[in-house]
Amino acid sequence: MTQLFKLAYRNLWRNKTRSFLSMLAVAGGVALLLLMVSVLEGEMRGALNNTIRLQSGHLQIRPASYEEGKVSLKWEDLIADPNQLVDKVKSLPQVVEATPRLNASAILSIRDESKGVQIIGVDPASTANQPYRQGMIAGDFIQADDREGILIGNILADKLNLKVNDKVNLLATTSNGDVDEQLFTVRGIFTTRTPGFDEFNVLMPLAKAQTFTATENHASAIFVMLQENEQADAVAQALKSNNYQIATWRDQNQFVVQFEDYANAFFVVLYLIVLGITATVVTNTLVMAVFERTREIGILAAIGMKGRGIMAQFLMEAALLATGGVILGLILGGAAVYYYTVNGIYIGNYGITGVLFEDRIYAYLTVDNMINLAVVAYIVTLVASLYPARLAARMEPVEALHEQ
Amino acid sequence: MEVTKIMDATRVYKIGEVETKALRGVNLSIENGEFTALVGPSGSGKTTLLQLIGLLDKPTSGQVFINGKDATNLNRNQRADLRKDAIGFVFQFFALIPTLTAYENVEMPLLLNGTKPADRKRRVNEMLEAVGLADRAHHRPDQLSGGQQQRVAVARALATNPKLILADEPTANLDTENGKQVMDIMQRLNKETGVTFVFATHDPRVIHYANRVVTLEDGLIVKDSKNGKH
Repeated sequence: MTQLFKLAYRNLWRNKTRSFLSMLAVAGGVALLLLMVSVLEGEMRGALNNTIRLQSGHLQIRPASYEEGKVSLKWEDLIADPNQLVDKVKSLPQVVEATPRLNASAILSIRDESKGVQIIGVDPASTANQPYRQGMIAGDFIQADDREGILIGNILADKLNLKVNDKVNLLATTSNGDVDEQLFTVRGIFTTRTPGFDEFNVLMPLAKAQTFTATENHASAIFVMLQENEQADAVAQALKSNNYQIATWRDQNQFVVQFEDYANAFFVVLYLIVLGITATVVTNTLVMAVFERTREIGILAAIGMKGRGIMAQFLMEAALLATGGVILGLILGGAAVYYYTVNGIYIGNYGITGVLFEDRIYAYLTVDNMINLAVVAYIVTLVASLYPARLAARMEPVEALHEQ
Repeated sequence: MEVTKIMDATRVYKIGEVETKALRGVNLSIENGEFTALVGPSGSGKTTLLQLIGLLDKPTSGQVFINGKDATNLNRNQRADLRKDAIGFVFQFFALIPTLTAYENVEMPLLLNGTKPADRKRRVNEMLEAVGLADRAHHRPDQLSGGQQQRVAVARALATNPKLILADEPTANLDTENGKQVMDIMQRLNKETGVTFVFATHDPRVIHYANRVVTLEDGLIVKDSKNGKH
């Protein structure tokens, strides 16, 4: 084994430039894929985390009559006395925060411009509002007793040219089917760095939202945040009741989950294409080496090395190329991933219905992705060397010895 | 005892539609301890005969025996095993592995037959000593002269203690002095260890070393003289 390694290492060293370029091809493929898989992972995690913290929570407790995609303010479609339920939910150890929210469709207008928006009635004191509170870029966060203040996203503010203290008109259908219209003041402007959210949502204190829509002491849902994503199913099970629907983040984000599956399938194809190109380079390098060293193969065969020994020789060279290439690729790819983990890639308002993408994608490197990639690259390189290795192993010693 | 025996061996090469008869029915028996020269003009079949004896090639018809065992129909791996254990080779070109030192080149057949490290070390040093290259053990082939490389090849051929050494034109690429050195070493080892040498040559300067001269012409043995007698 030592001799095999020594011979393989020295053989690669014989043609340093060619070996280095082959290694670089493996490294390039690994680095490129590592960056791409990390960007995709970051994008998916970002979108999911965003959607969880801004829209779905880890769990939502909804009334039994809740229908996906339909915003109903009828009392029978709302949770009555939500604080009682909130207290029960908060008693579970996994729960970090539970807070009632009321959603209503509305039209926001100013001067001669108007735009369809969603009102989210929130408890201003809840820690679930952290994403908005942290994202305040102008004005102040709303107070629980504010009767006319609202918060708007920066994209909506830009589109309608709104500033803090501007008065806007909101028109919404109430629980009894009437249309109510009131003047509100923009108390502050926030950004969640998620254009799809910041363009369409208006936050107002829950109490005011209930008054405005005639839904006193009712909420559309209880928004629940847990310590970890994976606790959702267990908590949902614990809270199971015939009176409510409980939707986990996974239930609410089917599109993101499916999109991730689709992206992963696409990545398998991409892996094969990139590593296929890399494999071709490795095959070429080793085929050249076999033809250059035909006479040496003949000598080894003459002194008694069997075909499998000669094959092992070339597989060892491929293994060394793969090791160097994968390590170099992980270093180069890791550096690129680090850069994009810190700085992100600006994508602007990239809208897909149901998915809240941030305006910047941050790469995210997982150990699983790194190990999978290294193993696949290693295997592909070894498979690529099978053809030249077999070519060498099958040479007739007498013909190999007479090769010039 | 016969180290090798060739019976009615023919070897026909076919290139496209053209057939070339390199050997046309050769019978040859080599006894243990012989120092035999295969001589004859280019194309007479010397190298082909050596390749058949060395199990590097198979006869088109006829039989090849090594140490009394019929090796004609052995498969690739069986032939490789027999070569490893019973036959050593010295080629016309200085057939060393260029990436290995003289020591490592001599060590290679010992690694292949699984010799223990301590025995390997002793044997390699012994062989390099025997060919006068102990001080060049850690030189690579490109740091050695042609004569030195061929002496390393002789040391390698003898490393596993085979009964038979086959040398194809061992002095063809050497000057007179180096050629003489190589032949002297081969002859000395033949006498000291009793190992059988069969070498193909058309170099008139080295034929006198042989105690048996087998002459080939057009794929046939035309003369076989032992100790100067026909």
